[in-house]
Amino acid sequence: MTQDIQELKSIASQVRRDVVRMVHGCQSGHPGGSLGCTDFLVALYFSIMKHDPSFNMDGEGEDLFFLSNGHISPVFYSVLSHSGYFDKAEMATFRKLDSRLQGHPTTHEGLPGVRIASGSLGQGLSVGIGAALSKKLNGDDRLVFTLHGDGELQEGQIWEAAMFAPHNRVDKMIMTIDVNGQQIDGPTKVVLSLGDLHAKFLAFGWEVMEMKGNDMAQVVEGLQKAISLSGKGKPVVILMQTEMGAGVDFMMGSHKWHGVAPNDAQLEQALNQLEETLGDY
Amino acid sequence: MTKYTYTEKKDTRSGFGAGLLEAGKRNPKVVALCADLVGSLKMQDFINAFPERFVQVGIAEANMMGIAAGLTIGGHVPFTGTFANFSTGRVYDQIRQSIAYSDKNVKICASHAGLTLGEDGATHQILEDLGMMKMLPGMTVINPCDYNQTKAATIAIAEHHGPVYLRFGRPVVPIFTPADQVFEIGKAWMVSEGTDVTIIATGHLVWEAIQAGEQLEAMGISAEVINIHTIKPLDEEAILKSVSKTRCVVTAEEHNRLGGLGDSVAQVLVKNIPVPQEYVAVNDSFGESGTPEQLMEKYKLNAPAIVAAAQKAIQRKG
Repeated sequence: MTQDIQELKSIASQVRRDVVRMVHGCQSGHPGGSLGCTDFLVALYFSIMKHDPSFNMDGEGEDLFFLSNGHISPVFYSVLSHSGYFDKAEMATFRKLDSRLQGHPTTHEGLPGVRIASGSLGQGLSVGIGAALSKKLNGDDRLVFTLHGDGELQEGQIWEAAMFAPHNRVDKMIMTIDVNGQQIDGPTKVVLSLGDLHAKFLAFGWEVMEMKGNDMAQVVEGLQKAISLSGKGKPVVILMQTEMGAGVDFMMGSHKWHGVAPNDAQLEQALNQLEETLGDY
Repeated sequence: MTKYTYTEKKDTRSGFGAGLLEAGKRNPKVVALCADLVGSLKMQDFINAFPERFVQVGIAEANMMGIAAGLTIGGHVPFTGTFANFSTGRVYDQIRQSIAYSDKNVKICASHAGLTLGEDGATHQILEDLGMMKMLPGMTVINPCDYNQTKAATIAIAEHHGPVYLRFGRPVVPIFTPADQVFEIGKAWMVSEGTDVTIIATGHLVWEAIQAGEQLEAMGISAEVINIHTIKPLDEEAILKSVSKTRCVVTAEEHNRLGGLGDSVAQVLVKNIPVPQEYVAVNDSFGESGTPEQLMEKYKLNAPAIVAAAQKAIQRKG
């Protein structure tokens, strides 16, 4: 656990290196959203959450995280590995035969740190609510965090869960939405507009926050504020503005990099741009 | 043939309600969820006893399945409750991803299965649920035959670790199994021994199979009747033992002919002892409105249909 912003930025830089190398290594995967959410996940696992890499599924006395937009698995795997859940060398097996690092996260292969399969979008908020209810029944007052893509909000189950949580005062949970405005087929506002998310969640009864997601100091500060708002009768949602491909210039701002792997030259270009900090796997 | 009688008829869903209450008493980690059908699922006694362990989800079945998956993290044993139609097809992806593939200890409890929801018609009936659920890796699929067996099955699945689909119905049916039975998941129940034909039945059709066995006996035909309450894992040993003796089989289920118990039995037989098999099931059709009795008659899910199928199966074995 660290509050040193420079240290967190260094970890984020290494995680970004892992992301591009993993996706390049198997020539498939989703680098754009992974890079956009790197600062958030690094802040969560290295500065915010109480968690134990020795890992047990129930996580009693720990904060829990559920990745709902499972396609950004590279950043999740990298953060788990750097946190000590499994050996860094295993990242090289991403999306390859017999790997525990499946294309989308799963519990089925027994990868420590993963508590639900995700990838079929829209399911993670419900699971997080269930886990929060379970903690309440167990007298465990730790928090549940979930992460979602903004395009994912086009799934109806999200809104079933969004209605349920405030009605049932599920207030020990913090939902974060990666608002990068991009999805596979183009800008979200072109594919299917999400409207005013702030007003929508407010109307459902949530505590709503906004923050910039690619500024480490703002992310840490924003998550700390979200925690201060939790436990007061309402669930908290953070609308987090990010840039798809953040940290790699030629990937930034284009939905093209939602699910495309870099070639050899692009990998080298990306790695040259990202400061090497903790050593490669 | 063993004689079975009954003094009372009761709905299997009430057996579920009674079993849920008992499971809740035995294990404080048992929790229940419902999607706005508390009365239909007979959950009120559980709610009265353990209000803090009940989650009313509203008309949002996908969310219910996800919340149930999440509740298992922390050691709870969630029982979801809604109609069989909305417990399966409507939420198949949620069950597949968040429950089955994620290895979560959720009990999916489904009432009003098959045709016998009756007057509400095909939108609220389902004849495909056994097929859908048995195709999910790791899913246990159970379809008990009367009130007592449904109660025993509900208690048993609370003690079984892993995802379970428990199917039961709406109408009252005869109670003919013992109140103190031990329900063993995956173990077929030999209802009545015989030598000429094996009748393998599940759910509400077990009673019809018993009636058919008696009618066949009056014709001089000895039928062996087996209650397959667990569709998956299937008790292959019991099936093969019986069929190796009788050399022909009738399967009976309140389900589509495609993908149900009959197809599971056929797979076992074709690999081991290929013998004539006749299906008593709905012939790849949706249901319709009508009383349960009318529907069972129209879709040929009754004792006379089982008798006719048995005669045909015996004739085919030559």
